[in-house]
Amino acid sequence: MATFLGINLFGLFGQLLVGLINGSFYALLSLGLAIIFGLLKIINFAQGAIYMLGAFGAYLALQYLGIGYWAALIVVPLVVGLLGILMERFLIRPIANEDHLYSLLLTFGVALVLQGLFTHMFGSSGLSYAIPDALKGGTKLPFMYLPNYRAWIIIASLIVCVGTWWMIEKTKLGAYLRAGTENPALMQAFGINVPLMVTLTFGFGVALAGFAGVMAAPVYSVSPDMGSNILIVVFAIVVIGGMGSIGGAIITGLGMGIVEGLTKYFYPEASNTVIFLVMVVVLLIKPAGLFGKEA
Amino acid sequence: MKLMNKTLLSAAMAVALTSTAAHADLSDDKVKIGVLADMGGVYADVCGKGCLTAVEMAVEDFGGSVLGKKIEIVSADDQNKPDVGSAIVREWIESKEVDVVTGLVASSVTGAVTKVTTDNKKIALIAASASNAFTTKACSPYNAHWTYNVVALANGTVKPIVQSGKKKWFFITADYAFGHALEGIASKVIKAEGGEVVGAVRAPLGTTDFSSYILQAQASGAEVVGLANAGADFVNSLKTAAEFGLTEMMDVAGLLVFTPNAKALDPAIAGGMLTTTGFYWDRDDASREWSARFKARQGVIPAMPHAGAYSATMHYLNAVKAAGTDDSDTVMKLMKSTKPDDFFAKNATLRSDGRMVHDMYLVRITKASERKSEDDIFKIESVIPGDKAFAPVLPACDFK
Repeated sequence: MATFLGINLFGLFGQLLVGLINGSFYALLSLGLAIIFGLLKIINFAQGAIYMLGAFGAYLALQYLGIGYWAALIVVPLVVGLLGILMERFLIRPIANEDHLYSLLLTFGVALVLQGLFTHMFGSSGLSYAIPDALKGGTKLPFMYLPNYRAWIIIASLIVCVGTWWMIEKTKLGAYLRAGTENPALMQAFGINVPLMVTLTFGFGVALAGFAGVMAAPVYSVSPDMGSNILIVVFAIVVIGGMGSIGGAIITGLGMGIVEGLTKYFYPEASNTVIFLVMVVVLLIKPAGLFGKEA
Repeated sequence: MKLMNKTLLSAAMAVALTSTAAHADLSDDKVKIGVLADMGGVYADVCGKGCLTAVEMAVEDFGGSVLGKKIEIVSADDQNKPDVGSAIVREWIESKEVDVVTGLVASSVTGAVTKVTTDNKKIALIAASASNAFTTKACSPYNAHWTYNVVALANGTVKPIVQSGKKKWFFITADYAFGHALEGIASKVIKAEGGEVVGAVRAPLGTTDFSSYILQAQASGAEVVGLANAGADFVNSLKTAAEFGLTEMMDVAGLLVFTPNAKALDPAIAGGMLTTTGFYWDRDDASREWSARFKARQGVIPAMPHAGAYSATMHYLNAVKAAGTDDSDTVMKLMKSTKPDDFFAKNATLRSDGRMVHDMYLVRITKASERKSEDDIFKIESVIPGDKAFAPVLPACDFK
């Protein structure tokens, strides 16, 4: 086996790749949060519960409607996004002009209710969802066995993340969006329906979490608390990347996955704290986050 | 004279009997059972509302009253928090007249609760916890540890695998007291049988992604990977092991697998795996009959803690009835001197240290092709006699 300075290089490469896969999930989830916060200034604590909803959506669609993985990848985010739209319209909008703390508490409450509801209905042991046939099996790389589904996670997440970034930062629609949240009154005056845009943006951010949930269903246990486990990590990532920075959320998501992977290799016991350690250091040195603009 | 003696004797017996009935020595004039369990958290399927249902069934089957007085049940959610659990039990004992506590899932909660019950001389019927501490370093004359413990799991599952020639082990361990205890005891068993532990990795509780640990297990050169974890951790680690092809390269042994967890796994992944359990619903007619009644009420087949909670409650109530009192010392003495025997407890005895020793079962998770119904999860491979499964009584815990 190849070694360098006493480190097993093959093992290290394996951990780096695995980190990148986890980072893809982090990127998808933190991207949704960053859009919702960056454009709407809403701290959406329900994002984890919605991720859980996406995974359950995939399970239920297969169990009761016979909708398979590939269709679920499209249908479930749409349905979840619609739920997000309803949530924005009827729960968040009435308190939109209050302090951010209110929307944070509200969405946190929604998350607890959803989690409790699903625990009540499906129990806490988790449900199983099989990997789609087309992605079963794997490829033998020199340093590890890469399951095809994991490779697909990296590809799909990169496409969605880069596509979203491009749409918001480089297209006219994205420009309207950014302008509308910067100065809603002025954009209204130009004849743009800002409230509708806000609702749709929230729906899109939420749909991203639903998409991540469907992606996660075949590899992680579909259980009511899957969202709360990952949410805190994702929030830390958004803080590290800079609240509201869309490109920052993507890069930090992938980066933190890799940092976590390295920690799992060198000192596994610290693997679930290392991201918070990075967060503390970043906050001390650059309070606005790595890619955030100083307020 | 002879006749006289006989008459006297029967008269005396009659007096004795009526006096027992009239002055049934029940504290607060009733027997009250407290069921403390995880009603909505990670162990809710293992011992949550199901444990309450099991205790309710025991009370109903017993007839609803003992020594002419009604049996009452209270229940609460301990949220898997030791401080919450011990505060509830203290309140139960001090102001709600609770005589006995059962349920008891997370070992950390049970550790805190049994301190309170012991201080107050109340019996704790531990139905679901895994740690062996309650009959060793934290033993008490008021503990009755019913269903299983980590020692039985390690002996039951690990020993036959090592004896079959698979001697090199790697552990993926849940990084908290339960996981460490399980790994420690399993390692001892492996070494005693001439095997070796080539490595171990400690994964934080609630880890979602096990892929990096699986890679380390793959690189370890072990023949068997032992999963010293439970619940969602077990499900996630095994799923990932299958995905990364680990299950093709080496054997995987799940050290604590409850039926609902096995059910949450694709039989293509989990099928064939060996594990140890204290109860399986489909063992014989008696277990099937009880389990069908449980399923009718709870909607799912019972996991081993549910059956254990029923069995422990029943044995306790029988002892109260026979003793004519709910005084903990007297009842416990009788519980230890009479043998539990029901659909759950086979060849069973409650030892002086409070360990309920009974037949354990080495089971194999069934493959998809073998499953006749969705509940057809385990197949019993062999019966492990209680004295082979559990460790002997420690002198310090020998409460006569």
